[in-house]
Amino acid sequence: MIIEDLTVRFGAFTAVDRVTLEIPPGRIVGLVGESGSGKSSLARAVSGLVPYTGRIDGARNVQMVFQDPYASLDPRMTVGESVGEGVRRDRAGRRAEVERLLGLVSLPAGLAGRYPRELSGGQRQRVAIARALGAAPDLLVADEITSALDVSVQGAVLNLVRSLRDELGLSMLFISHNLAVVRYVSDVVAVMHQGRVVESGPTERVVGEPAHDYTRALLEAVPRLT
Amino acid sequence: MSDTPPAAHTRRGFPMKPRLPRTPAAVAGAVLVAAMIMLAVAGPPIWGASAERIDAAAILQGASAAHPLGTDSLGRDLLARVLVAGRFSLALALAATLIGGLAGIVLGALPSVLPGRPARLITGTVNALVAFPGLLLAMFTAVVSGLGARGAVLGIGVAIAPGFARLTQTLAATVAGSDYVSAARMLGVSRRRILTGHVLPNIAEPLILQLTQALGGALLGLAGMSFLGLGVQPPSFDWGRLLYDGFARIYVTPEVALGPAAAIALAGIGFNLLGDAMAKAAARTAAGGKASDTAVPPDPGEPNPGAVLEVRDLTVAFPGGVTPVRGLSLTIAPGEIVGLVGESGSGKSLTAAAIGGLVPYPGTVAYGRLLLGGRDVATLSGKALGTTLAMVFQDPMASLNPALRVGGQLAEVARVHQGAGRAEANRRAVDRLGHVHLPDPAARARQHPHELSGGMRQRAVIAMGLMATPRLIIADEPTTALDVTVQRQILRLLREVTEESGAAALFITHDIAVVGELCDRVMVMYAGRVVEELPVSRLAAEAAHPYTRALIASLPDMATDRDKPLASIPGRQPAPSEVGPGCAFADRCALATARCSAERPPLIPYGEAGRVACWEVK
Ligand SMILES: Nc1ncnc2c1ncn2[C@@H]1O[C@H](COP(=O)(O)OP(=O)(O)OP(=O)(O)O)[C@@H](O)[C@H]1O
Ligand code: SF4
Ligand SMILES: [Mg+2]
Repeated sequence: MIIEDLTVRFGAFTAVDRVTLEIPPGRIVGLVGESGSGKSSLARAVSGLVPYTGRIDGARNVQMVFQDPYASLDPRMTVGESVGEGVRRDRAGRRAEVERLLGLVSLPAGLAGRYPRELSGGQRQRVAIARALGAAPDLLVADEITSALDVSVQGAVLNLVRSLRDELGLSMLFISHNLAVVRYVSDVVAVMHQGRVVESGPTERVVGEPAHDYTRALLEAVPRLT
Repeated sequence: MSDTPPAAHTRRGFPMKPRLPRTPAAVAGAVLVAAMIMLAVAGPPIWGASAERIDAAAILQGASAAHPLGTDSLGRDLLARVLVAGRFSLALALAATLIGGLAGIVLGALPSVLPGRPARLITGTVNALVAFPGLLLAMFTAVVSGLGARGAVLGIGVAIAPGFARLTQTLAATVAGSDYVSAARMLGVSRRRILTGHVLPNIAEPLILQLTQALGGALLGLAGMSFLGLGVQPPSFDWGRLLYDGFARIYVTPEVALGPAAAIALAGIGFNLLGDAMAKAAARTAAGGKASDTAVPPDPGEPNPGAVLEVRDLTVAFPGGVTPVRGLSLTIAPGEIVGLVGESGSGKSLTAAAIGGLVPYPGTVAYGRLLLGGRDVATLSGKALGTTLAMVFQDPMASLNPALRVGGQLAEVARVHQGAGRAEANRRAVDRLGHVHLPDPAARARQHPHELSGGMRQRAVIAMGLMATPRLIIADEPTTALDVTVQRQILRLLREVTEESGAAALFITHDIAVVGELCDRVMVMYAGRVVEELPVSRLAAEAAHPYTRALIASLPDMATDRDKPLASIPGRQPAPSEVGPGCAFADRCALATARCSAERPPLIPYGEAGRVACWEVK
């Protein structure tokens, strides 16, 4: 799918400024940038949640997974009800589909009857991913889906993201401020700064030979253990 | 900041105060409401006959043994009439509340399903009605729809509706803006399904609570209407009507007005108290149960005279067996930066809060030793604590008053703690702001916090901590809300500040990678305990505890092999009330043996300047 000349304005403020970006089928495009650089506005425009000008071609069904797994599930719905929300089937068909979707995100089917408050953050985020997959999206937008998670469970969610690409051929726009995380999951990296994409290209190239000053600053700032 | 007195801090040795499951107000409300319901059910069958019995010989009497509240103009017993009127009064109030509540909820919910223009029209009308005095609205409706009970009920219903509409609108807007409703919209769920499936269930509870309280109000309102002659007309009677009839005689036989007045007041108060108590109970998170038994801490041994901070066997507990910090010990030397890492809920923030005397009620703090600069924290005055300890939190706005200029807030610290004059305090504030590399500090000092970026605000908070000369800076996730580039600048600043002033720092983070940037020593916390402690230089290669090693392995960095799956830790950390007798990590640990879940490994010295708590580390 292709995003062309996409602009998002809130009043006089331009949050996304004429962004053009291609997301090849079955690929993960990582979007990095600091907060306020327009990443989430771009995600919301692509998902049809905010008005925009410009063109989005080749993705009719876009689903989004949100940053905060504690706010993105209705506390009064069971896991099964949430995951089944986008599934248009009869009762039995829906139950089987929910089971399949939970399986896709490596959650036991027994979780369907539980409420979100009984789940850990990582499990909730998987439920949110399963719910999005239920609509069979052409594109999955993941907006900072690991930032609210602990490091000890982040790894499992990142592995899941990669396996969804490998096994389902899912295309994804993966947004994060954490360059190490983006580098790990993405095939292509785009760097956003003040509403514009300042650099994009294959992950190894952007990380290995950054062309833009801002990309270099980002790389420089990644905390290292040693 | 830390200059607030540690009011909520329950000092060591104090017994845990049990949370009252029933407040006197809640009990009174429940009793009154139950009595009213009983009266409505049993009143007419029991006293119905005597309430209607006409006695020409006993007209317009005052109180007597036969008629404790006197009689009316037909000689009927007023006590019996008050008791019988309960059913009608409560029924009318219920009807008015249901009419008002239903109309309000529909009006309030419509804007979230209707298209823009009609939605705005309804919102505007509701806003105008809310501003209109309720009693006027009620009287107007009652007069227009005809005198009598029906008019009064409609009137009160109409008066109640706008408030409900506003409440419904606010609640619905909050739910409609939530991520889960956005997700449902993307899935193509219809507006009607969103309303019935997401919005209504999530706003039902507060609305029902509001209905209970409105019932009390409706009762008073209806009585008022009857009292004004706009409500119930003879031969029917409710409490308001009885009050109206009795009021004419108030100078001769005041007791005839007393009965209905008391009934109205008691019922009104009852419903309000009950509604209030229910609302509070709903807002409170589950608590109660048995208080955790705080074991007597073992003998802490000799104090370490050189340490800036020395903590021995610190335990923080909440009622209900919740013990988020369990026998934690740590020592910080002057100029040293110690990192405290651990996942969410491991007790990092509560450890910091306990040191600063900021553990919220009803938490209790117990320790063998808690010395700041060699003195027991419990004996330090608020001022002494405020000058020795500086605290920096994740959200800088928690420490800054949005209504005041940044410079003024900093100067305030100098004036309160050091008794500096206004000019001197201001000069020092600008100097400190410059010190934390805020560009053009004099101009920034004149700005309000919202005019600064997140990173600048955090600098300002650090500058505020530096207004005094703290011996210890506790920074709880100070960079978590910031971008990587800004985060790095703040970390550098903290390092610089400690090096220069000789202050020590306790740096709390869930991000083990950040620790490597800044700290000298790391302490890894899990389920309320320190499980490993070691110099940062050895963290990457020589960490020994299985949890620390798994954390490091699961952290992607710029060199992680992109073709291999990331390591991850199965399961989750036990909640503070679930921690068992053994090693808290046992459920998730690849090396766990039977001994691990039965017996807790002690934190013992390991390697050079390290400590570890694990049976399998030899
Ligand atoms: N007021 C309270 N009443 C009851 N339990 C509490 C209270 N405050 C905190 N807790 C519990 O104590 C535990 C530790 O909380 P704490 O805030 O210290 O964690 P943390 O390590 O700082 O986590 P995070 O990384 O999310 O900030 C949590 O499980 C929390 O639910
Ligand atoms: S004590 Fe046992 S369960 Fe705990 S970390 Fe060591 S090996 Fe694992
Ligand atoms: Mg915390």
